[in-house]
Amino acid sequence: MSTRSVIVFLLVVALLAAAPFVVYPVFLMKALLFALFASAFNLLLGYVGLLSFGHAAFFGFAAYVSAHVVKVWEWGPEGGIVAGTAVAAALGLVFGWLAIRRQGIYFAMVTLALAQMVYFVSLQASFTHGEDGIQAVPRRPLFGIVDISDNLSLYFFVAVVAVAGMLLVRRAIHSPFGEVLRAIRENEQRARSLGFRVDRYKLLAFVLSAALAGVAGSTKILVFQLASLSDVEWMMSGEVVLMALIGGMGTVWGPALGAVVIVAMQNYLAQFGAMVTILQGIIFVAVVLLFRRGIVGEALAFWEKRRKAGAADDTASATLPERQGKAAPGE
Amino acid sequence: MAEVAIRTENLSVSFAGFRAVDGVDLSVEAGTIHALIGPNGAGKTTCFNLITKFIRPSSGRIWLGEQDITALEPDAVARLGMVRSFQISAVFPGLSVLENVRVALQPTLGVTFQFWRSNRILRRLDDQAMALLDRVGMAAVAGERAADLSYGRKRVLEIATTLALDPSVLLLDEPMAGMGAEDVAMVANLIREVGRNRTILMVEHNLSVVADLSDRITVLQRGQILAEGSYAEVSSDRRVIEAYMGEEVTDA
Repeated sequence: MSTRSVIVFLLVVALLAAAPFVVYPVFLMKALLFALFASAFNLLLGYVGLLSFGHAAFFGFAAYVSAHVVKVWEWGPEGGIVAGTAVAAALGLVFGWLAIRRQGIYFAMVTLALAQMVYFVSLQASFTHGEDGIQAVPRRPLFGIVDISDNLSLYFFVAVVAVAGMLLVRRAIHSPFGEVLRAIRENEQRARSLGFRVDRYKLLAFVLSAALAGVAGSTKILVFQLASLSDVEWMMSGEVVLMALIGGMGTVWGPALGAVVIVAMQNYLAQFGAMVTILQGIIFVAVVLLFRRGIVGEALAFWEKRRKAGAADDTASATLPERQGKAAPGE
Repeated sequence: MAEVAIRTENLSVSFAGFRAVDGVDLSVEAGTIHALIGPNGAGKTTCFNLITKFIRPSSGRIWLGEQDITALEPDAVARLGMVRSFQISAVFPGLSVLENVRVALQPTLGVTFQFWRSNRILRRLDDQAMALLDRVGMAAVAGERAADLSYGRKRVLEIATTLALDPSVLLLDEPMAGMGAEDVAMVANLIREVGRNRTILMVEHNLSVVADLSDRITVLQRGQILAEGSYAEVSSDRRVIEAYMGEEVTDA
């Protein structure tokens, strides 16, 4: 098992290394960062069963913070990412602390309401420059020495950040902490009766998810050299839900793949204008009605069915089926 | 005077004006098996939920040993060593049988918040979990998904999971409900065995089991204590017989 995942990992690395020579690097960077954003979001939706409808706040506000400290305070890109992530984590702590007292639709509504407040702040605060956003954010050298001003070198930095972030999500899912989260999702009352402080586990998951969404948002401003309202809007919160659902929530790599699909659609179908939104809507409805497990989820289910039908070697239990979907984040 | 494990004083709760539990003064002696019986709707499960803090009492106080637990949360009560089971079997359905027990053991490693670490470290608990499963005769199905178990087996798994915490006080809410005769005998033996060095408070409808296992019985009716004593005392009490008249009494 271990050697195979190493091979898969090396393949993905090779693919990611070769990709910018074939595909436009800016598109790849966007896809990778949204893949990280969707994976972070899915940690909450797929593994705790909490539907946040306010994740744009972490993504978008981290972008503002990162852009501000890089442009105005003249910090390096790494400083921008750290600052953006820290603020996103702090926001996550506040959001989470307030929202996890409620369940289901009420949880979603609390997160949405709080995210709208962050949107309002982003619109009104002077440092965000309202409708203009923070423009022309410089690409300073990484750690003061590594030049990332051209798209290709920036790409490699972004790829490392995004992949590291996604691996952290994956690790969290397969950690002792992730095991407790699973138990909580399966039967919260029982988890409480066994002595687990359920709210604290949920809160940590929320903060982790928010922080990693912040990593994605604060790295994004290096790519586009811009922090704008569109990243902090409620539509962005909806888009990340869509990404997770299309790819397959509750699978490790599904949301990343879903993100790539959505970003690719927006990119390559941009010429059709409003059609993109309509197409997204149709795909969303189709996924919810027909492929509820999402792309990776359906693929895993299909593979699992074939495996069961195919052979009698039932020795390996189905505890880690997610590993199979590992080829997601490259395209 | 013998040591008291659980004590309630004037414990009451009302739902929309209906007093489900009404001034219950319960005292469970440490190291005994104490049964809570009564007709349907007598407030047995509500009593359980109050004692384990899943419901807040309208009035009254609750002590676990010397400690006043009236204001605590359910998970805090569990960490103090009083662990409950549920009337409707409470397992983690998507987890394997082994994982069900292992997750309850996990706090002993002190890694439950470590999200950066591989869950491989949990394999250290496998032996301990297997030993617990072996004790309840479920070692052979350790790899199966809990959801695929029969109802009776789920209840047994629940008890094994509860035992993983090595609680000093065990609250079992109808442990035999929905079980086949074979499982009933097995679980009865298990309860007797684990009750040797623990306090057990259980709600149970199966009166032969209650007669067989309990040191002391409290009969509830309409949220109040109707009678208390040994099985012989309680079963000959005229008020108890009256309360049960017309009630369906499960006997096997």
